[in-house]
Amino acid sequence: MSGKLYVARDSHVAARNLGGEMMVMSARNSTLYTLNPVATAIWEAADGVTPLDEIVANRICAQFDVAPEVALKDAETLVAELAGHGILVVSDRPIVRAAAATENSR
Amino acid sequence: MPGVTTFAGRSHVVIDIGGMPIRLLTGDSEFIELLHARYAGFAHSSRDSRFDFEIDLAPPGRISPDPELYVRRDSGKWRFDRGDFHAEWDPAASRGRIRQTANPYSIDSVLRIVHSLLLAKQGGFLLHAASAVRNGRAFLFTGVSGAGKTTISSLAPPDVALLTDEISYVVKQDARYFAFGTPFTGELARVGENIRAPIEEVFLLAKGPENRIEPVDAAVAARALLGNILFFAEDSELVNALFQTACEFVSRVPIRRLTFVPDAAVWELIR
Repeated sequence: MSGKLYVARDSHVAARNLGGEMMVMSARNSTLYTLNPVATAIWEAADGVTPLDEIVANRICAQFDVAPEVALKDAETLVAELAGHGILVVSDRPIVRAAAATENSR
Repeated sequence: MPGVTTFAGRSHVVIDIGGMPIRLLTGDSEFIELLHARYAGFAHSSRDSRFDFEIDLAPPGRISPDPELYVRRDSGKWRFDRGDFHAEWDPAASRGRIRQTANPYSIDSVLRIVHSLLLAKQGGFLLHAASAVRNGRAFLFTGVSGAGKTTISSLAPPDVALLTDEISYVVKQDARYFAFGTPFTGELARVGENIRAPIEEVFLLAKGPENRIEPVDAAVAARALLGNILFFAEDSELVNALFQTACEFVSRVPIRRLTFVPDAAVWELIR
């Protein structure tokens, strides 16, 4: 995939970190998802203005033992999947609206 | 008709569940008497109510051919539609209207929907769970059909007050969670006691070869809770609120897994 990708949390998703697991629920269809650690790192960094390759470099490669090019390819697949579930919004340009997902951590 | 009083020229009954009195009015005093009997312990004839619903009784048969339930909000007003009833509710005006045939099941569904919407805005919820009070504290037993809600309810010793064997009513008051009795019955067909108590613990029910209680982590507890909360509306705002409520509840109330054999000895673990 060429060019930058930008990701933002969908505004119709509620999220909460419970006991170290990030749980997100689509308010559109009440479907509940539990994110794995990689998806959680992307979700937490998905501010709409940080390119996905920067998120991968700073959050994924810094936390997980994975080559940058492999991590980016996997991340692109992952965000496409999460976008398909309505959890993330993916764009080839910065997403300027504020990520409105409600999130609380404990 | 004995026991049936009138309000604004109509026969009426107030169904008071969870401290939320809802008046039902209709011109058919026999139907009101049926509701008095159906909701015994929760029904009275007070003039005070929080919401009033006028019931239009239709001739026997279906109101519409669609068996699916639709709960939608438009301009602040709710519409509930199912094959056996059609209802409109304007919370701001404190009144609504229900069209159904003269049966207790349709109004029971409407009441569950109304209470689920009211609770969602107040940090509470309806839960597929049996609940009971022992020593002034409430215990909830949640699970899908067949998990043992009816069984554990039927095994309760005499010092246990049953709140419900099917639908638990959870209210947040002053940063604490309380369980209220409900008339919403399951297989036991026994109306709960109209009392409340602070929630001590929630058990995720499972039948097994022995009685034991095990911890579950917060994410498992939240998933189980969310999977058993009753909510009917297609409404992003309230779904979001319910998600946060469930997470908040899990952070404040112990939730453990209770595996049990169908024997009264299981209640020795629940004190």
